[in-house]
Formats: sequence, C-alpha cells, structure tokens
Amino acid sequence: MLPPADKALPDARGYFGDFGGRFVPETIMPALDELIHEFQLAWRDDGFRDEYDRLQAQYVGRPTPLSHAQRLSEHLQGAQIYLKREDLAHTGAHKINNALGQALLAKRMGKKRIIAETGAGQHGVAAATACALLGLDCIVYMGEVDMARQEPNVFRMRLLGAEVRSVASGSRTLKDAINEAIRDWVTNVRTTFYLLGSALGPHPYPWMVREFQSIIGQEARAQILQQAGRLPDACIACVGGGSNAIGIFHAFREDELVDLIGVEAGGHGIASEEHAARFADPDRGRLGTLHGTYSYVLQDADGQIMNTHSISAGLDYAAIGPEHAFLRQTERAHYSYATDEEVLAAFHLLCATEGIIPALESAHAMAEVSKRAPQMPRDAILLVNLSGRGDKDLDTLMSTLTPDQP
Amino acid sequence: MNHEEGPHPQGIQAVAAMFAQTKREGRAAFLPYFPVGYPNYEDSISILQSLAEAGADGIEIGIPFSDPLADGPTVQAATQIALEAGTTVESAFRAVEAMRAHGHQLPLFLMSYLNPLLSYGPHEFVQKASDVGADGLIIPDLPPEEADAFITLCELAELALVFFLAPTSDDVRIQLVSERARGFIYVVSLTGTTGARAALPNDLARFIARLRPRCAQPLVLGFGISNAEQASQLDGLVDGFIVGSAMIAAAKQSQAAVRQFTQQIVQRSHGERLR
Repeated sequence: MLPPADKALPDARGYFGDFGGRFVPETIMPALDELIHEFQLAWRDDGFRDEYDRLQAQYVGRPTPLSHAQRLSEHLQGAQIYLKREDLAHTGAHKINNALGQALLAKRMGKKRIIAETGAGQHGVAAATACALLGLDCIVYMGEVDMARQEPNVFRMRLLGAEVRSVASGSRTLKDAINEAIRDWVTNVRTTFYLLGSALGPHPYPWMVREFQSIIGQEARAQILQQAGRLPDACIACVGGGSNAIGIFHAFREDELVDLIGVEAGGHGIASEEHAARFADPDRGRLGTLHGTYSYVLQDADGQIMNTHSISAGLDYAAIGPEHAFLRQTERAHYSYATDEEVLAAFHLLCATEGIIPALESAHAMAEVSKRAPQMPRDAILLVNLSGRGDKDLDTLMSTLTPDQP
Repeated sequence: MNHEEGPHPQGIQAVAAMFAQTKREGRAAFLPYFPVGYPNYEDSISILQSLAEAGADGIEIGIPFSDPLADGPTVQAATQIALEAGTTVESAFRAVEAMRAHGHQLPLFLMSYLNPLLSYGPHEFVQKASDVGADGLIIPDLPPEEADAFITLCELAELALVFFLAPTSDDVRIQLVSERARGFIYVVSLTGTTGARAALPNDLARFIARLRPRCAQPLVLGFGISNAEQASQLDGLVDGFIVGSAMIAAAKQSQAAVRQFTQQIVQRSHGERLR
C-alpha cells in the first residue's frame, strides 16, 4: 500500500525526483510514520472522503466559481482571462481546503490538540475555523512582524477560539512561526496534530496538502471545458510554499499543451536581495533543507537561511515546496516572479476592471497575467488561481497608498 | 586520561577509546556542548579549552544555525549571538584546530544542523573535519534513512556519525539507528527541545532499559541535564551524557563560572545510580 492511487509522485520515501524527504529530529519521525499511514487509510476510505466532500459543499461553498474576467481581458487586449475564485471559499482563501482535510484527519486519529503556523494569517484563520467546526483545540504560531501587518486575521483567529502565540525569534515571520510550531510538536508529539498550511515540510505534508488542494484544479478543469469548450493555454498561480499552485496545477499535469506557470515574490527586485524568489536568484536560491524538506532555499554563502521580503506575508518564505522544484527540473512548470510594484499595479487593475479585491499573494499571479495576456491572441485562454481575497491586506495597502491611486 | 605513549587515536577509534576508559573507571563520559562564536570567537575558544582542562571527556562544538528547530530558548539565543558575531562553518574548523594546537586530544564532535553542511558540500565538510582533527559529526535533523551520503563519507574518513533515539522511537527505528550510528547514539531524554530541566524524567531508567538490549553502541543522554546531582544519577545507567544549555547559562555569567560548573560535574560523586 504505497502513495497515491495514481502514478503521481512522491515515492514511498516522500521524494519528488530529487526533492522532498524527511529531515527532522528523531522525536517526530515516528509521528510522521503514523501520519503517512493514517492519511493513506483515510484518503482511501469512502466514509472519510464523503465527509470531506460534504463539508466542502455545504460548509466551504464548493465548487467555487470560474469567472471570465471580460473587462480585464478587454483592457489588456489579449488573452481571455478566467479566474478560479478561491477568494469565494469560506474564510476567503484556498487554505480552508487543506485545513478542513487535516482537521478531519486529526479527529479521525483521536488527536484533540491542533497546532498550526501562519504567515498572512489565512492558514491560521482556516485552521481555527476547521477546529471550531470540529470541536478541536487550536494553537496558532505567528511571527510578531506578521501579527502586526495582519492584525485583522489575528483578531479573527481569536474570535474563532484559537490561541494565537506570537513568535519573537529570528526574523519574526513565517519561517520562525514554523520553527516554533515544530518545537511545540517535538514537545507534545503524542497528543498533538501539526496542521501544516502549505505544500512543504517533511513527507507526508507536501503530498497530503497537494491532495487536499487538488480539488481546485479538478473543478477548474471541468469548468473551463464547460465555459470555454477547451483547456487553457496556460495556468497561472502565485507560489510561496506552493499549495494553491500545486492545487490548480495537479489536475493539468498530463495536459502537456497547458503551460503551468508559478509566480514567486520578487519583493524589491532580485538585485535588491529583498525578495522571496527562490528560483529567480541562483546565487542565493540553492538546494538545501529547511523545515524538513530538501528543495530550493534562499540562503547565504554559509548555509544560513536568509530573511525574505514580500509585500504579501503569505509569500514571504525562504523555501519552496519540493514538488515545485521537481516540476521546474522536469520543465513541466515554469516559474517567474513579480515585484511589489508590479503586484500593486495588478491589484488596482483587478479592483477597477472586475470589482474583485484580490489578496496581495494572488495579485502576484495577476501581475504575470498583465505581462502575458497582451502578447497573446484574443482567443487564447489564461486560467488564474485567484487564491484569496484582499480584505486582510487593507491595512498594508492603506499605509502605502492613497485611496485614489493609481 | 593520559595517552602519551604512542600516536593518539583519531576519529571513531578515539571515541571508542574514550568510552572504554570511562567504562573502566565505572562512570559515564561527560560531553559538554558549547557553540563556537558565543559570546564571540575568542571567548568561545577559551571556554572550549577550559572545558577540556577541567576534565570533560569529549566536547560537542556547536555550529550556529539561523533556524535551530530542535533547540530551546537558551541555545537559540546563544547561537543567534554567535551568528551576529560573524561565526561561520570555518569558525568551527578553526576552533578544532586551536584545540589541537593547544594539545587537547579529547574527542571533538562537530554538531550542526544539516543545511550549513549541505551548503559547504558534504564531501568537503567531512574531509575538512577530518583534516583539522575532529572525531565525529552530530546532525540533529538528519535521520538515518536520509543519511546514506554522510554514512559513506564518515566511514571513509573514519569519523563517528551520531544518530538520535527519542522516547517516541519504536523498535523498528531503534534497530535502524543502532545499525547505522557510529561512535555513540544520542539518546534524547524527553520529548521536547534542548534546555535545562529541574529533574530527570521519571521513566528514564525504563527507557534506557528498553534501548540497552537493542543497541550495541554507547548510549549518551542529552536534553535537560543541568547539574552535578543529575549527572551523578547517570553513572552506571548510560555511557555518557551531554550538558548544553546549562553550560551556556554558566558562560553567560563568566568563564570562571564555566570552569567551576564543569569541575562540579567532573568531581560529582559516582554510583548514586538512578532506579
């Protein structure tokens, strides 16, 4: 009984080609063994799948719509742009797909104490929501810097009954929140389920998170066939750890004519060294291990993990999920980046042309659309994963913008 | 210890010789941990020397890492200071060289999270470690199933390669670690991160009894050991023990405090075996 039902990776050791694995302290290795086993059983259990599907339909509001962005397409004078509206899922982002799946698994395993990390706060909110729904205790670790720039989400988590613990070590952002969550897990491993929020970390997380997020691509593929009558020319998503991107890419993995394009956070530009673009910066984005997985990691010449920068807290992370490293190596997917400035322009454009306020993370994907669409014919199709809504970012935006910009 | 007759053994042999000696003396080996570069390079070198002079049986020299996820607040803070002081992987090699240049022949282990070693290059790192006179490697986020390359490299260089066992490790994992560890097995006393604790865990003797028949390698206990009284309870129970956070806490006071604390542990009364 080994990995997924289809022939897709990872292998039994948790590797996607050369990437992935389990690089963690011994204390939690047995917990990972248990998690692999329990997830395999659950994911093949019709009862578990039925309950997951029922909650997705009746609680999250799936399927999320696919919107043809007609005015944006007209404005860019090129490809037809379709938006997969994960911003309309309950809690306002794709994160709920995974949080709900893992919380159901925790409950099935009899673990009542849930820990999670969060960067932008979207995964923390999703975890707190799923735990409230299923009657589980929830503790969310969040860097001090992120708590300050995502204050509304901190309040949301507390309203939902979660305990938010601030993390003051290191760069006080997502990577430090993950360090602290792992320290908690090492300490309380027998009673605690670690609800990890992205397609990273040790096996089985990159695989399990992909499985829970792959609903995005399954729906989008059927919807685009129904609405446009054919598959898209390209599928575009932002990539922090990479869960929304792998979620939409996975259903298209064998559609070789569909380009898969991930967009990293370019921050203030690659030369500035203030970014989170692991693939775009070959000097600093090198192979290594962070938080249990072997992939591309932004690091200095001595192997110390670098502090990253992005206008969006959700992409502000030094490593990229191992399956993305594999998709890039095999050239099945390609990766670009968008700078903060490009992201803000794309953000405004979507607000003004479509009446959708995107998350700053998702606006990275829109920035790539702004670059590509004008160079494509009018009958070309771009499918974009609009992974979250932007309400959480209003504080960040209000501090950098005046309302009548641009 | 006196090894003046003949060439001093190195690497895995030096480690085996150390455990043979402490076993003859009916006590557990005392292997303090100290991070290179804390509070700065020069002071850390004098502290490492005073550990050797005060009678440590071997030393774990810590290489600081930006994201030490198995460590508690004390080691986190100290290694952060070391990094800010400009400490690198090379600093650790220089520390080993300095110890050997001063005539300290006790086993020296380099302890590092995996990423700095990967960045340095596994082959280059093991080669350099051997060249400067280190005797083994301890890598807390490298479980044996991911360690094929390091196992081969350390075997060729005849260096010890230490793996961990924890209270959560099941029989399958105990066997795996026992088969692959070279030098000793690092036994994590409790589920948790590094850091001084007021008392040893209640079920420690039972935990060690579970490991003993399954492990051919010396068992060295770490995490939470913070004073001479606790150390004296370990003689006869385990083959060695590690003191880290409490050592850093002493260094925070003064170098004299480190020396005094080390002597207390070295001169502990033996034989109050934990039951």
